[in-house]
Amino acid sequence: MSILVIAEHDNAEVKASTLNAIAAAKAIGGDIDLLVAGSGCGAVAEAVARLDGVTRVLVADAAHYADQGAENVAELISSRASGYSHVLAPATTFGKNVLPRVAATLDVAQISDIIAVESADTFKRPIYAGNAIATVQSADAVKVITVRTTAFEAVGEGGSASVEAIDAAVDTGMSSLVGRELTVSERPELGAAGIIVSGGRGLGSGENYHQLLEPLADKLGAALGASRAAVDAGYVPNDYQVGQTGKIVAPQLYVAIGISGAIQHLAGMKDSKVIVAINKDEEAPIFQVADYGLVADLFEAVPALTGELG
Amino acid sequence: MKILVPVKRVVDYNVKVRVKSDNTGVDVANVKMSMNPFDEIAVEEAVRLKEAGIATEVVAVSCGVAQCQETLRTAMAIGADRGILVQTDEELQPLAVAKLLKAICEKENPELVVLGKQAIDDDANQTGQMLASMMKLPQATFASKVAIADGKATVTREIDGGLETLTMPLPAIVTTDLRLNEPRYATLPNIMKAKKKPLDNFTPADLGVDVSPRLKTLKVEEPPKRSAGVKVADVAELVAKLKNEAKVI
Repeated sequence: MSILVIAEHDNAEVKASTLNAIAAAKAIGGDIDLLVAGSGCGAVAEAVARLDGVTRVLVADAAHYADQGAENVAELISSRASGYSHVLAPATTFGKNVLPRVAATLDVAQISDIIAVESADTFKRPIYAGNAIATVQSADAVKVITVRTTAFEAVGEGGSASVEAIDAAVDTGMSSLVGRELTVSERPELGAAGIIVSGGRGLGSGENYHQLLEPLADKLGAALGASRAAVDAGYVPNDYQVGQTGKIVAPQLYVAIGISGAIQHLAGMKDSKVIVAINKDEEAPIFQVADYGLVADLFEAVPALTGELG
Repeated sequence: MKILVPVKRVVDYNVKVRVKSDNTGVDVANVKMSMNPFDEIAVEEAVRLKEAGIATEVVAVSCGVAQCQETLRTAMAIGADRGILVQTDEELQPLAVAKLLKAICEKENPELVVLGKQAIDDDANQTGQMLASMMKLPQATFASKVAIADGKATVTREIDGGLETLTMPLPAIVTTDLRLNEPRYATLPNIMKAKKKPLDNFTPADLGVDVSPRLKTLKVEEPPKRSAGVKVADVAELVAKLKNEAKVI
């Protein structure tokens, strides 16, 4: 068996999500080829060649892969897929955008967001916002899979794979990038953070969110997250959102502040190791999943907590 | 310009689903069903484009059991002009739905197809991308803003870490994210009017599409339960527990 893993990167650095996808490939077993499609991405290729478990790094360096557009990247993957038993990518917005396009070209089903490998053709994945876990078996010749990054421990370094340049596929010229607006943050990335401090509608305003949660996050070295209610109310940008439709996280510690705990929010964080809830409503559903619950007014409890950590 | 909007009938998002005791699936008998929330956003966007004079016709499509007609009527009450039902009792997976939609697209020749980014039952997030691939068309997934002008779509997408804006010629495939718009409620007069709008019926066989499932579901289980937590009295106790008991700070 040989497995093709699609590396997610920004042409300068490989994204942490790739390391989790490689871990899933190792769980399936077999030779692992990593595909790096980009423009001026030589540094990325060298970095991923050192990752544990990687057999070969295939680099397609061309201007039309600079933006990681779905049409061009999918075209390249589809052209390389024959001969592989599995094609894997992380279930990030990048992987979710590209892989179904590949699966359709190959006329195979895609298995989304796997959380466990049972065997080479059988996988577990959550459905209904994580309220049920389905075990699915694929009979397709090539299994096209996206991997839930929080479900697989990132691989470390220790490999020395060969790096081979491969030909680029034709430029489909279907879409072009106008621009990107990325949220600038000094804090750890939400998807990879060990501790997350997350706020909901209970905070009342964006000002309160920043005033109360930032000092606490700084004390804990935590990333900041939010419920959909807080995002919709405009307290923070939408890439802070944790939940079924936002990011799926599984940190060591998740602190939910002023979050009631709707099904869709729980879908994004209930695999956290320890969950703390601070809410003044003792009936809030968040207390059903919280390891430690504090029924209190967050406007008093959060500054007190920040002070206590002093 | 014609816009095609695929809509899916799913278990209502407020329902806490239960796994069947024999682990064959989720119990959906006698459970409230509704239009998938992302598809409501898709219908709303298409209707807004019509109201802005950009689209001339909005066609809603649904694939599945006979009751999907209700979902199509809801789409028509929001403002879709007509409906197409591809009726089958078979389990439909995203690849099969994408093939059915391709067949419908070839009949209808829409310049824009707007789908939800994912259905809240299978959480697959595949159908739009698969349709785009089969039609060899550009795609803009997870859209939070759509502008149509001069035969081009300019779409802002929600990506990890922020936003990105793409431009692409029509025809194109767009999938909606939550923040694209706030769907309207269907008013009673519009619900009545929707009953008179045309609704065509097909079967997968009419369209020449093999819909047999590719993935076999071996079992469906409850997720592991979290052990019951404790309520702490105050902040000092919370910090002490986190430090000494959970050892996470």
